[in-house]
Amino acid sequence: MIPASLSVEHFLAVAAALFTLGVLGVFINRKNIIVILMAIEMMLLAVNINFVAFSAQLHDLVGQVFVMFTLTVAAAEAAIGLAILVIYFRRLGNIQVAEASQMRG
Amino acid sequence: MIVNIAFYLFSAVLLMAAAGVVFARNPVHSVLLLILCFFNAAGLMLLLGAEFLALIMVIVYVGAVAVLFLFVVMMLDVNFAQLRAGFTKMLPFGLGTGGVLLAQLLFVINAWPHLLTTPHAPIPNPGSVTNTAALGRILYTDYFYVFQISGVILLVAMIGAIVLTHRHRGDVRRQSVAAQTQRTHADVITMAEVTVGQGIQMPGDRP
Repeated sequence: MIPASLSVEHFLAVAAALFTLGVLGVFINRKNIIVILMAIEMMLLAVNINFVAFSAQLHDLVGQVFVMFTLTVAAAEAAIGLAILVIYFRRLGNIQVAEASQMRG
Repeated sequence: MIVNIAFYLFSAVLLMAAAGVVFARNPVHSVLLLILCFFNAAGLMLLLGAEFLALIMVIVYVGAVAVLFLFVVMMLDVNFAQLRAGFTKMLPFGLGTGGVLLAQLLFVINAWPHLLTTPHAPIPNPGSVTNTAALGRILYTDYFYVFQISGVILLVAMIGAIVLTHRHRGDVRRQSVAAQTQRTHADVITMAEVTVGQGIQMPGDRP
């Protein structure tokens, strides 16, 4: 239930600003993959806020169920991403992802 | 009134912490600000009446994901000053893209009434059924298979992370149970006639 003095647009605006900050973080920290992963987590958080806001607005609990699955996938993504980061660092001694070109990508 | 104050407080701290995550010089500060972000997002979800998700958010994100980030940041000996080179070069591009994206998102923010549908699972009256119980009633019935699949995703992620980071160290001697149980008397014992005063030549001895 959205509080009477607020509307769903308030929450959507906050989530939009948070998502934009996440995109900005991916763009300007191109070399630092740890901050890129954190920015991705922030974008997922913005999506979750949107889901919960619409769940409250439309009186539908399915949005909150979906947030749990988003949370699951976000946790799995963070674990795998950091594992890849650790083996990359172990092999090359740095985390300069801009120079990762062994697969000619 | 107090709800409005809480909303603007949570939102302001959330957005400032998010900006801090992006712009902080030290990645440890980034992780700590990310934790602040999650706490304030949990506050916003509390305002929306999703208590269970708010607390799950604190437990999963702050207790697991952020601590994982913190471990990795502190474990890797990385020259972070070097990684910040090119930061200002990308800043105008990032700000431009972000500005366009934010304008688009704010432009469509009033478009949601076109999406109105009948609820699949209406939220029950919070006075009679708590948020946690209501979520459990549909999560373990209507969404049971999806719930199981999300468990499988977590299992695969766990196994994947272990397989990726596990390394076989060459300098550690390990017990080989198969080699131990396959030893026989014939392999390890030889009977020798020993002449008094001369001794015997052992297989490993230097002459």
